[in-house]
Amino acid sequence: MTELVAAQRWCDRCGEDASTAGHESCAAARALEPPRYCPQCRRRMKVQVLPVGWSAVCVEHGESRG
Amino acid sequence: MPEILDQARTQVLGDGVGLDQAGVLAVLNLPDEHLPAALQLAHEVRMRWCGPEVEVEGIVSLKTGGCPEDCHFCSQSGLFTSPVRSVWLDIPSLVEAAKQTAKTGATEFCIVAAVRGPDDRLMKQMREGVAAIKAEVDIQVAASLGMLSQEQVDDLVDMGVHRYNHNLETCRSYFPNVVTTHSWEERWETLRMVRDSGMEVCCGGILGLGETVEQRAEFAAQLAELDPHEVPLNFLNPRPGTPLGDRPVVEGKDALRAIAAFRLAMPRTILRYAGGREITLGDLGTRDGLLGGINAVIVGNYLTTLGRPATADLDLLDELKMPVKALSATL
Repeated sequence: MTELVAAQRWCDRCGEDASTAGHESCAAARALEPPRYCPQCRRRMKVQVLPVGWSAVCVEHGESRG
Repeated sequence: MPEILDQARTQVLGDGVGLDQAGVLAVLNLPDEHLPAALQLAHEVRMRWCGPEVEVEGIVSLKTGGCPEDCHFCSQSGLFTSPVRSVWLDIPSLVEAAKQTAKTGATEFCIVAAVRGPDDRLMKQMREGVAAIKAEVDIQVAASLGMLSQEQVDDLVDMGVHRYNHNLETCRSYFPNVVTTHSWEERWETLRMVRDSGMEVCCGGILGLGETVEQRAEFAAQLAELDPHEVPLNFLNPRPGTPLGDRPVVEGKDALRAIAAFRLAMPRTILRYAGGREITLGDLGTRDGLLGGINAVIVGNYLTTLGRPATADLDLLDELKMPVKALSATL
């Protein structure tokens, strides 16, 4: 698994500043959702969910898989 | 014992005749203390008229997002501020997804596209994709591509698609509150063409869209009138950015009541757990539903959200001594 772990500046679920409060619900929801926003630049990613796993592509920061 | 359950024992379990709308409503209104009895009866009905086997299916999105329709529950509509972006799955990845699904023991693989109806590009992708899957993977292929023309129905039959999913989503009286870009009747027309073609009809919907209990009963009765081969039962998983994004999830007991009621309305159909069960029912509720009328599951992930691991469902089926339906038994 290569989760998006580098430079978590932005919440990868809601796209807001990850350093602010209130992302506990995002973290909980992510257990059953792929990421939607690049955590490094907050661009919306192209996400493909597969029966097993997912892939997410940021035009600037590349692909991640989970 | 409530009168409706006595009636259902005779009529549904004994004679195989489903409850009508009033009967379904009576089940949906049962107090909590009678829910175990309703689930037990629904389970007996399922075992008698369908048997112990469970049909396992995997699904994949061939074309995600950017849909021109406004189904208020859907994160793939291009009309809402959902973060889901448009993306196409290439054919090698589609075949790999079918292989992943087959490895779980699933007999069904449903290819889904977020569209009003397929255009030439999508039909070409389907033709190539279905052929590639059939060449490499031992699994039955189903499709869900929105509203179809008669020519497209015929093309799908020609490709070897054996089942077509097109959900009515909710009852006729509530549908305009959920979708405004097309009508319930347009969906019904596609379903009619699919049934006439000889493909198996898969048609269900989503509970928790804001419909009343009476409308839930109306929906069950309308599905029973359609008499689909399979009914996928979803529970709303509110998606950010959609008009229904702030709706509460269905209460677990209400979901279980609905499972029992839908089984008692349609004793012979494949009643499938679909999306939303993880947040509505959790692990314990998933077990209760399998012992309350459900006889099919979608394993693995959904179209834009994730499910629990396939092994969790397969282990549960093993524990419940419910065999996974074999491919040879479905051909």
